[in-house]
Amino acid sequence: MALDIYKINPEFRDIMPQEIIDLEEKATWSVKMEKARGIKELPQSKELLEEHSLCAGCPEAAALRYVLSALPVPEETVIVNSTGCTSLMFPHIALHTVHSLFGNQNAVASGIKRVLEWRFPDKQKDVVVLAGDGATVDIGLDYTLQSFFRQEKITTICFDNEVYANTGGQESGMTAKGQVFKMAPTGKKFEKVPMWELAKTSGCHYSVNLTASAPKQVAKVVREAILIAREIGPTYINLYTPCILEIGLSANEGLGEMKDQDKGRFEFYKHVSPEAEAYLAKCKEEGLL
Amino acid sequence: MANQGPAYYSPYPAATYDGVITPPEGKALLLTDVVDEEVAMREIAKVMLTSDNATIFPGPQVLYAWNEEAKKKATLIKEMAEVLNAKMIPMYDYRPKYPKIDPEVEINPNHPNLTIWHNDIKAAIFVGVHCHYANVALKIVRAETDCYTVAICGLSGHEDAMATLRDQHSHEMEKFIAIAKEVKAELGK
Ligand SMILES: Cc1ncc(C[n+]2csc(CCOP(=O)(O)OP(=O)(O)O)c2C)c(N)n1
Ligand code: SF4
Ligand SMILES: [Mg+2]
Repeated sequence: MALDIYKINPEFRDIMPQEIIDLEEKATWSVKMEKARGIKELPQSKELLEEHSLCAGCPEAAALRYVLSALPVPEETVIVNSTGCTSLMFPHIALHTVHSLFGNQNAVASGIKRVLEWRFPDKQKDVVVLAGDGATVDIGLDYTLQSFFRQEKITTICFDNEVYANTGGQESGMTAKGQVFKMAPTGKKFEKVPMWELAKTSGCHYSVNLTASAPKQVAKVVREAILIAREIGPTYINLYTPCILEIGLSANEGLGEMKDQDKGRFEFYKHVSPEAEAYLAKCKEEGLL
Repeated sequence: MANQGPAYYSPYPAATYDGVITPPEGKALLLTDVVDEEVAMREIAKVMLTSDNATIFPGPQVLYAWNEEAKKKATLIKEMAEVLNAKMIPMYDYRPKYPKIDPEVEINPNHPNLTIWHNDIKAAIFVGVHCHYANVALKIVRAETDCYTVAICGLSGHEDAMATLRDQHSHEMEKFIAIAKEVKAELGK
């Protein structure tokens, strides 16, 4: 049934706008794909996110497109998000999204995942949390870590822009030491929280720190994380999507900033537990990767 | 300036503030009155057949073939539009749209008044719109337009519509179409 909610009744086909017909016909729904869907189809396919109200050039928007292109089965995926700049994109995604109270996203996602397992025992439903660093690492840290401790089978993706962007630039735990913002005028006094390491020690079977500079890499990591979360346990991705507005860059400078940080605070880090490693090898054999 | 509705300028553009609530089971609501379903169906048909640019706004629950009932309702709504000489404009999903909707061909629950203003719609049926978005859309339309709104609802109805039919499934829609045919013949439309 999941895909049927995109199937237009023939009586209404002539009054539906082309973009909705395209969503049914040209989106890369998993059941229509011979091979695993991925970033390579982006240029030709109907995308699941095309409009948003973020600042022009905000890397969060590009990153979300990469993430969506990599969902193994979008029609069976529920995305849970939290307040912040990211939540200016979520209402535009053509999938099920749940907006949770700021900070509660991993608790809400845990509940959704458990209910889906109970309600659809024969179906694989993926639950993916997507939230900012303020929501994931500051105000929601308790819920984030508790979901890792409990081994909830969900994927958590933190759009780490190192600031509370949506509320005008306050420092977060993920802000780099010394960084000054409009509403953090004396500069951050302590180090950036190494959330990807906390995720590892808190029980995540897969934890990655990276920037969104390389679309293929982002898509690969997202896919691996979601597959591992299905069978093994919680997974975490810390993705640098700089807030160009708050660090004073213009619309075309986000990519350069991410490339710089590929060698800096977001140098690629990857932890995969032995069980997850074995499972990924199996997925590869089965053509899921 | 567009013609505005009964709740314009009210800080609470909601019918409940005027003491209007959804009808009890087996009944319908016409403005502030609880009436028999047939009475409401006749009146709705009359309003739709005699108002300028009468339009049906089908929502996601009937636009998509997600179950057998939805498929049946799609056929019935198409017939309903023909009987009522009404146009159809889809509310195909609830995503806000940037930079803006095309009010000629679509309606969005976040600013449904734009479509009604643009097409000068004086009577409209909302059908297959999920309750929470019907509630939002009908309040905005009630405040911002002089359109006579009708809710054909599968659950308990909507007090913010000027006429509301509750517990409407394919069987009830068939009944409404039959009544609309009679009214149409009486009016010679
Ligand atoms: C319970 C609650 N507390 C506080 C807020 C205010 N608030 C809205 S957005 C935001 C900051 C979001 O920061 P982050 O999660 O890093 O996302 P970003 O905007 O940077 O993408 C805050 C604190 C809120 N909406 N709800
Ligand atoms: S304020 Fe920053 S994070 Fe938010 S949309 Fe603008 S650039 Fe992106
Ligand atoms: Mg942030």
